Amino acid sequence: MPRTPATGTSHVNVGSAERVLSTAAGAVLAYAGIKSKSKVGGAALAALGATLVFRGASGYCPMNDVFGRDSAHEQPEPIEIKETFTIYRPIEQVYGFWRRLENLPRFMEHLESVRQLDERRSHWQGRIPGGLGTIDWEAEITTDEPNRLLAYRSLPGSQIDQSGEVRFREAEGGKGTELQAIMHYRAPAGSLGQGVAKLLNPALAELVRSDMRRFKMLLEAGEIPTVAGQSSGRGHDKI
Amino acid sequence: MKALCWVGTNKLSVERIPDPKILNPHDAIVRVRLSSVCGSDLHLLDGYVPTMQEGDVIGHEFMGEVVEVGPALKRMKRGDRVVVGSVISCGGCWFCDHGHFSLCDNGNAHAAIAEKALGYPGAGIFGYSQAFGGYSGSHAEYIRVPFAETGSFIIPEGVPDESAVFCSDAFPTGFMAADMCGIEPGDIVAVWGAGGVGQMAMHSAYLLGASRVIAIDRFPERLAMARKYARAEVLNYEEVDVLEALKEMTGGRGPDRCIDAVGMEAHTPGMEHYYDLVKQQLKIETDRPAVLRQAIMACRKGGTLSIVGVYGGFIDKFPMGAAMNKGLTFRMGQMHAQKYIPRLLEYVQGGSVDPSYLLTHRWPLERGPEGYDMFKHKTNDCMRVVFEP
Ligand SMILES: NC(=O)c1ccc[n+]([C@@H]2O[C@H](COP(=O)([O-])OP(=O)(O)OC[C@H]3O[C@@H](n4cnc5c(N)ncnc54)[C@H](O)[C@@H]3O)[C@@H](O)[C@H]2O)c1
Ligand SMILES: [Zn+2]
Ligand SMILES: [Zn+2]
Repeated sequence: MPRTPATGTSHVNVGSAERVLSTAAGAVLAYAGIKSKSKVGGAALAALGATLVFRGASGYCPMNDVFGRDSAHEQPEPIEIKETFTIYRPIEQVYGFWRRLENLPRFMEHLESVRQLDERRSHWQGRIPGGLGTIDWEAEITTDEPNRLLAYRSLPGSQIDQSGEVRFREAEGGKGTELQAIMHYRAPAGSLGQGVAKLLNPALAELVRSDMRRFKMLLEAGEIPTVAGQSSGRGHDKI
Repeated sequence: MKALCWVGTNKLSVERIPDPKILNPHDAIVRVRLSSVCGSDLHLLDGYVPTMQEGDVIGHEFMGEVVEVGPALKRMKRGDRVVVGSVISCGGCWFCDHGHFSLCDNGNAHAAIAEKALGYPGAGIFGYSQAFGGYSGSHAEYIRVPFAETGSFIIPEGVPDESAVFCSDAFPTGFMAADMCGIEPGDIVAVWGAGGVGQMAMHSAYLLGASRVIAIDRFPERLAMARKYARAEVLNYEEVDVLEALKEMTGGRGPDRCIDAVGMEAHTPGMEHYYDLVKQQLKIETDRPAVLRQAIMACRKGGTLSIVGVYGGFIDKFPMGAAMNKGLTFRMGQMHAQKYIPRLLEYVQGGSVDPSYLLTHRWPLERGPEGYDMFKHKTNDCMRVVFEP
């Protein structure tokens, strides 16, 4: 069962498995490293990240009971990310678009594809940021209450240990649908993974937020605004 | 194509860069016929708007001809002669649906940057820094227009390019300034700043029912234009004490509605100017709020202060006590171009306002840097330089 969020006051609460790829601490670490301005630190971060990712099943012991139970003493607390947006669209449409998991890569930047295997199970493929390859994993839907709640988690044995919920709620005053995602992820056991995960939490939260914003833009505006590919008077662009 | 680029504080240069391409389904490419300078660009030039990047193409007030339409556009076609609002709004969010286009949730391609600075991000603006979306501006031969059917308007027959171009930015801004005043019959409206925006605010105040309009500036030629074209009474703040003069002109009550069409780089004679300038340059204060302070003191009790002059950060010595105890109403914002442009084009077509007198210099784009220098220092009686790329 997904854990309830730390704050008891919010009326919607969700975790999202959607951001599955970036939830892999290693992947994000690699990403942060690649984006990092400092050359040495950046390269080191990227390398460390890649190692964590590729350590995969051998390097970290998958936990069967992903969330909610502190089964082993040394098992780290899952890290929680919570983000909320209001989408100016009817709740059926917002829920429906998300529920068709095949849609997720349209707004989740590091997700390559999602394939529904059956009612509950799906196969996910993510791109490791920075062109370091892809990772595959399987996830299952643990709760599906149409127009209210969608929860899922990675299956035991995956390289990614993550779960999340997405909650939908009609906003007051005809403002659309409130969407809240709460996700939990656990870094590979051991103090290194833990430290790294803590360090990365803000970057991860930003990635989740950015994906949710893209979701909102896609539904409300029919496209995701961009300036990528636009010409400018900067060095390489000048003729 | 040729494009006028920001390369650093008070440095512009004309560069050759690749033509813009359609990047998103609701984009169009417009061949720019006229593109105007605006007071807002001076804040970029002077280095008061953070997140400018070397090589950014500036310019946001423009009109032209559609040359390419994206696959998701339904009505727009090649050859349409259009004026494009300076703010980029999606047309589909709650804010757009309620006419608050400059508060659009989805128009800014760099919403996360704006969110950090403002708490919640607003619309994009052409050629106006990375924080406002990083979109290339209109001082170029061609421009990519995102959400083109939301932001572009066909210019009616009989409205010349020179009049239409100011329906992109100066006129909607001035109109919104007057609209936010909530003018009632018999009201006296005072307008600080007789630049393009202030001039349009004066016309609009009359359109919305003001009885008298008073213009405040220090450049005689701008005040002369305000009198001649916008039927304003004028005050030169270098020659008279503005608070005293306003009191006298309003029977001791103060103007009912006050419009700030100056913004964060206000100039003041005397010590106050240097106080703010020094603080601004030391980055203790980001904006010089001289006009705001004066308008708060000048305004009639229970009156309205409408702010369209742009502020970017923090201000100092704000007379909150006067504002509160006089029961003033504050309205402000970046303008909602898409809400007003159709109505303004009708005014222009019907002949009740012709903004073309703002165009004092029509120059080729190559003279961009020189044009901005003239506009900044208000030499040669320059009101607005309009480039013809
Ligand atoms: N809100 C919006 O959407 C929006 C849109 C366009 C422009 N603007 C802003 O409107 C303002 C005016 O734009 P513009 O194009 O007319 O600029 P402009 O530079 O042509 O005119 C500004 C005028 O203000 C006058 N001024 C300076 N200090 C003054 C003072 N203390 N008292 C009275 N007048 C004073 C100047 O002499 C000048 O004539 C700028 O701040 C600009 O950024 C806002
Ligand atoms: Zn402007
Ligand atoms: Zn919008």
